[in-house]
Amino acid sequence: MSLGVVEVAKIAHLARLAIRAEDAPAYARNLSAILELVEQMNAVDTSGVAPMAHPLDMAQRLRPDEVAESNQRERFQAIAPRVEAGLYLVPKVIE
Amino acid sequence: MNPSTSAALHEQTIAQLSAGLAAGQFSSEELTCAFLQRIGRDNPQLNAFITVTAESALAQARAADERRRQGQAGLLTGIPIAYKDIFCTQGVRTSCGSRMLDRFIAPYNATVVERLNAAGAVMLGKTNMDEFAMGSSNETSFYGSVHNPWDLNAVPGGSSGGSAAAVAARLTPGATGTDTGGSIRQPAALCGITGIKPTYGRVSRWGMIAYASSLDQGGPMARTAEDCALLLAAMAGFDPRDSTCVDRPVPDYAAGLNQPLAGLKIGLPKEYFGEGLDSAVAAAVETAIAEYRKLGAETIEISLPNSQLAIPAYYVVAPAECSSNLARFDGVRYGHRCENPQNLLDLYIRSRAEGFGAEVQRRILVGTFALSAGYYDAYYLKAQQIRRLISDDFRRAFDQVDVIAGPTSPTVAFNLGEKVDDPITMYLSDIYTIAVNLAGLPGLSLPAGFVGQRPVGLQLIGNYFAEERLLNVAHRYQQVTDWHNRIPTAFA
Repeated sequence: MSLGVVEVAKIAHLARLAIRAEDAPAYARNLSAILELVEQMNAVDTSGVAPMAHPLDMAQRLRPDEVAESNQRERFQAIAPRVEAGLYLVPKVIE
Repeated sequence: MNPSTSAALHEQTIAQLSAGLAAGQFSSEELTCAFLQRIGRDNPQLNAFITVTAESALAQARAADERRRQGQAGLLTGIPIAYKDIFCTQGVRTSCGSRMLDRFIAPYNATVVERLNAAGAVMLGKTNMDEFAMGSSNETSFYGSVHNPWDLNAVPGGSSGGSAAAVAARLTPGATGTDTGGSIRQPAALCGITGIKPTYGRVSRWGMIAYASSLDQGGPMARTAEDCALLLAAMAGFDPRDSTCVDRPVPDYAAGLNQPLAGLKIGLPKEYFGEGLDSAVAAAVETAIAEYRKLGAETIEISLPNSQLAIPAYYVVAPAECSSNLARFDGVRYGHRCENPQNLLDLYIRSRAEGFGAEVQRRILVGTFALSAGYYDAYYLKAQQIRRLISDDFRRAFDQVDVIAGPTSPTVAFNLGEKVDDPITMYLSDIYTIAVNLAGLPGLSLPAGFVGQRPVGLQLIGNYFAEERLLNVAHRYQQVTDWHNRIPTAFA
């Protein structure tokens, strides 16, 4: 599948990436080449093959639904770009 | 002769250094100083380290010496090592090779770090890597390329290129790496060292920054299989904090190293010796395999018929998982944030575009596309079905043979800049390693000769949880060859 700059812009929006207009053609070219590589998969008929999501086909282990972590807000907020009074600051969302 | 009595400290393996520490020939502080000095002298031309933690290394070394005085020392107590900068290290920058995390000071230690700390290992610093482990040449790092110690114009491989170069240049006796599609084995091959990617689930991924969670696995990189055995024994084991970590006893890897190879059945996949393999690399690998026959192994040609589908399937599964994992970098809680965001969307899109490099953005875009509405079945589901076929190929092969052998990489180290503008060509350098991750099997690369000045790696692939066997098979070869003892002239 070949992607153009319009598709790239759409995917970039879904991925929340700001792509500069001048870079879009290069991304379109690279992504199309990668998809072409990936589509070599179509050479094989996989109907009836069970998809493999986990290399050991193991079920996800569950743990009891209990609090296991202590509150470390100050420690974790120490590495945040902007905080105030224990809150993460972002641009105004609601006008 | 015990080499530890005569060889310079940097020339010794971890096993030799461990014996020297135990015999009181030198202290961990002296040993740590010796490696810090080499890093200070040689790192500027190699760029193998992103961060050097000299002060805390010396403190850890003194603590290790004290622990030894109290009779509490283990095999790794006082041994200096380096961590790939993907492992969270409390209080120390953990950049993952990205501008996104350039100022990220990890608030906790990865389980692997905790375990090695508990064993008494000393952290020299954090090694350079491809950004978020996405790359095969270490050229995608925000901190610049790493140079291959065997030829400074060549790449060290990737993504664990800093770890591989640092071990090869004797700036550290061992290091940690991670391997999602070959990121331990390929740089180990290109730098002439030994590295093992364990079975998926053998080593905890907790605190190891995620790239593709169903493929990522941490492992050791060192000069010899024996050293890898010592490091892996400390790194491996159950961790309740990683839900995919396997609860299964860790064998004494060092104890099994000397098992004879008589009767060992080595499978040689015909797909790994065909088109695309450099003829000089093929010749070196054939010579190594002949050495195994002399050691009593039997070689059998096998087929892994779906091998050519591994790269296509990987470049769906890995980007899909990466697009999901890297969604966490939003410029809000940690990591890079753009200046003066106009609104929340602007904050997200510019922080991410500024924080991530081109290759990371490419993979996020591919993964986002593959998972987007209408395309899931054609790409992600299809890739997971291919993954099953590849895994079944290996299952059938292991009914016939004990281990599989072949080249780690189709060529020796390529030149810096040679493939950087062509993602597809770059992806093909992992052609023999990627299938192993898709299947979740353990794989090891060990030095097996040179083409010109550049090392060749032999890859050994084992059945699930056969790390002990792989290390044994590699060790026996290293008892009769000396490729692993070669030192790049500039760093002797």
